[in-house]
Amino acid sequence: MYEFVSGPLVWISFGIFFVGLLVRVIAYVKGLDWQKDRVAYSAAGIPGAVKSIVYWLIPFKSQAWRDNPVFTIGTFVFHLCLLAVPIFLLGHNILWDESWGISWWTLSDMTADWLTLLFFAAVVFLIIRRIVNPDVRLLTTGYDYLIIAIAAAPFVTGYMAYHQWFDYKTILIIHILAGELMLIAIPFTKLSHFVLFFCSRAQLGMDYGIKRGGRYGRGICW
Amino acid sequence: MAEEAAVANDQNLPPLANRTPVKTEEALKTLLADRGGKRYYAELKELDVDKEALKKTLDMTFKSRMKTWLEICAHCAMCAETCLYYIANDRDPKQTPSYKIQTTLGEIVKRKGDVDNAFMHYCMDTAWGKCTCCTRCGIYCPFGIDMGVMFGYLRGLCYSQGFVPFELKIGAGMHWVYNAQMDVTPTDYIETVEWMVEEWEEYYPGLTVPVDKEGADIMYVVNAREPKHYPEDLAEAAVLFHLAGADWTIPSTVGWEGTSLAMFAGDWPCCTQQVKGVYSAMERLKVKRYVGTECGHQHRATITEGPYWAGRKDGLPPGEKPSLHYVEWVLEVLKSGALKLDPAKKIKEPVTLQDPCNYIRNHGLTNVTREIMSYIAEDFREMSPNREHNFCCGGGGGLNGIGLYRKERDIGLKVKRDQILATGAKFVVSPCHNCWDAIRDLEEVYEIGITWSFLKPILLKQVIVPDHMKPKE
Ligand code: HEM
Ligand code: HEM
Ligand code: SF4
Ligand code: SF4
Repeated sequence: MYEFVSGPLVWISFGIFFVGLLVRVIAYVKGLDWQKDRVAYSAAGIPGAVKSIVYWLIPFKSQAWRDNPVFTIGTFVFHLCLLAVPIFLLGHNILWDESWGISWWTLSDMTADWLTLLFFAAVVFLIIRRIVNPDVRLLTTGYDYLIIAIAAAPFVTGYMAYHQWFDYKTILIIHILAGELMLIAIPFTKLSHFVLFFCSRAQLGMDYGIKRGGRYGRGICW
Repeated sequence: MAEEAAVANDQNLPPLANRTPVKTEEALKTLLADRGGKRYYAELKELDVDKEALKKTLDMTFKSRMKTWLEICAHCAMCAETCLYYIANDRDPKQTPSYKIQTTLGEIVKRKGDVDNAFMHYCMDTAWGKCTCCTRCGIYCPFGIDMGVMFGYLRGLCYSQGFVPFELKIGAGMHWVYNAQMDVTPTDYIETVEWMVEEWEEYYPGLTVPVDKEGADIMYVVNAREPKHYPEDLAEAAVLFHLAGADWTIPSTVGWEGTSLAMFAGDWPCCTQQVKGVYSAMERLKVKRYVGTECGHQHRATITEGPYWAGRKDGLPPGEKPSLHYVEWVLEVLKSGALKLDPAKKIKEPVTLQDPCNYIRNHGLTNVTREIMSYIAEDFREMSPNREHNFCCGGGGGLNGIGLYRKERDIGLKVKRDQILATGAKFVVSPCHNCWDAIRDLEEVYEIGITWSFLKPILLKQVIVPDHMKPKE
C-alpha cells in the first residue's frame, strides 16, 4: 500500500496536476474572442496585464486589499503557507531527493511546524468569516467548505504524521493520499484559480490597458 | 387617449411582449400607445421561455472569460460594499454583486437554459433593477471578475427572450427605426439646428452650422435628446465651435446621433446597426475625426465598444485622428488658446465634479475633466471616492428611464446624494446626459438644494468673445 501510494500514485497525481493545469490555460486562451470580449488583444495590452497581476500579488497594493486589511492578512497568510510549506519542507525534499535526485533550500522542521499552525489559524479565520459575515454567508455553499477542506487536509494529516499521532504508517499513507487528492483536485475544481487567477487578471488588465483608458495612461485603477 | 384605450383593450392586436425586436414605425407606435407598459408587463407574465434558443445562444457566446469568472469566484464578498445598491439598501447581502450574478446568469448557465418565466422575471429585475452596469465592483475583485460586463451579457440573454423593461424595448426600437434614441429624423434634426442658428445668430454674427461638409476636421455627433428637448445645447455647441474657429460639420443623414439605448437593452444587432450608421457618415464625409457631445454612454457605445460591434479588429473607430469625447475637445481648445476664458469669471462658489463611469472608469479621461476644472472653477472639490473609483450617478445603464424600477433607482441615488453633500459644494458639473438627469432627479427626490450643469453653458458664460466676433450694436 505505502509503496503504491508513495510511488506510482505520486507520479500519476503530479501528471494530472501539470497536464490538467496546462489544459486549463490553453482552453482559457483559446476561448478568448476579441469581438465577443470586446478587447483587441495584442502585445500592447501586456503592461496592463502585468500590472493587473502584480497589484494583487502584493498585500495592500490594490485598493481592495487596503480596504479589507484583516481579510488581506488572512488570505495572504493562508496562501503563503499553502505554497511554502509543502515546497520547502525537509520531509518532502528528502523524498524528491530520493526519487528524482533534486532538492533545494528547506525550512527547518521547527519553522515548518509553526507555519503549519499559522496556516491552521488562517483556515479557522476564513471559516469563521464565512459563518459570521452575512454577505459571505449568503454567498457560501458547501462547495466552498469542501475546497477549504481539500486544501487543509494535507496540513492536518502532515502535522499528525510529523508528531507521530496515532499509527504513524497509516497516518502517513492518509497524508500522502490527501496531498495527492489536492493535486488532482486543483485542475478540476475552482482551485484551478491557481492558474486561472493569472489568466483572469491578465485578461481584465488587457481590457483596461487596451480599451478602458490604457491609451490615456490610465486604466490602472486597481 | 383614444388610441391608448384601444391598445389596452384590443384583443386582436398581436402580443406586445414577445421575443422580436421592434423594427417598424407602426409596431413602435402601437407599443408607445400602451402607456407605462401596462398591457406589455401583463403579457410578459405569460411569455414562454424558448429554452432551445437560450441554450444555443449560450453555446455560441458564453466563452472562457465569463465561464472562468463564474467558476472561480471565491465567494469572498469583497465586492459587496463596492456596489452602490448594496450601500443604498442598508448593506443588504442580496445586493452583493457576486450574489446577484451567481443567482441569475450562474443559474441559467448551470441549468443550460432550462429556466421558466418566473426565473426570467427575477433575472430582469436583477439585471436592470439592481445593476447599472457601472463596472465598479470589477475593480475590487481579487480575480478581476467584472460583474458589470456580465450583467450586460445577461441583459442580452433576457432581451433575446423578450424579458426587457418596457422603455428599453421601445428605446431599442427607436434605434432600429430612426437610428436615434428618439423619434427624431435627420430632417427634424437639421431643421432644429437651423432654427437655433437663426435664433442665436443675432448675438454671434456669422454663426453657421456646416452641414455635410466633406473633409472637415470634426464631425460632431449628438444625443437625440438635444434636438428633442434641449435645442439650446445644439446652439451652445455651435457657438463654441464658431468661437474656437473649428473646422466642423454635422451629417444630414443617419449617423448624426450617437447614443445607444440598444446597449442598455442588450440588443446587440441593433447596437451594430446604430454604430455603423455613425461610422458610415464619418466615412462618407471623409472627416478627420469624431467629436461626441457631453454624453457618457454615447461615448461608450460609439467609441469604446462600438468598434467591436462594427467588426473593427483594431478596436478603434474610423478617422485619421483619434475620436474625442466633448471634454477632450474642450481641453484641446483651452490649452491651444483657441478658446479663451476670462479668469475673472471663474466660478467662485465651491463646485464638485461628477465622474461618468462610461468615460472615466471605462475610458480613462480622468485627468481631462480635472484640467478643465482648473480653468473654470476657483474652489473645486473632489468627491470621495473619485476618478476611476467614483460611484455611478445611480442613473446609468438606462435606469433613469425605466418606470418599473423607479423606486430602486431613487434608493440608489442616495449614494450620489451623500457624496455630493460631503463635498460641501452646492454646484455639480456633470458632463454626461445620464449623470445630469440623475443629479436633477436626486435633487427632485431628496431636495438637498444643489444646482448642476453641463460644461457648455459654463464655458459660454466665461468665454472671451474676440472683438471681431461681437455683434455690431
Ligand atoms: C503528494 C505527495 C506527498 C507526499 C508523498 C508527502 C509526504 C510527506 C512526508 C513523508 C512528510 C513527513 C512526515 C514526517 O515528518 O514524518 C510530510 C509532512 C507534511 N506534509 Fe506532505 N506529502 C505530500 C503532499 C503534501 C501536500 C500537497 C501538502 C500541503 C499542501 C503537504 C503538507 C505537509 C505538511 C504540512 C507536513 C507536516 C509538516 C510539519 O508539521 O512539520 N504534503 N509529507
Ligand atoms: C499563486 C497561486 C494562487 C493565487 C494567486 C491565489 C489567489 C486567490 C485569491 C485571489 C482568492 C480569493 C480571495 C480569498 O478568498 O482569499 C483565493 C481563494 C482561495 N484559494 Fe487561492 N490562490 C492561489 C493558489 C491556491 C492554491 C494552490 C490553493 C489550494 C490548493 C488555493 C486555495 C484557495 C482557497 C481554498 C480559497 C478560498 C478561501 C476562502 O474560503 O475565503 N489557492 N485564492
Ligand atoms: S470579490 Fe470577486 S471573488 Fe469575491 S465574491 Fe466578489 S466576484 Fe467573487
Ligand atoms: S456593475 Fe455597478 S451596479 Fe452593477 S453590481 Fe457592480 S457595482 Fe453594482
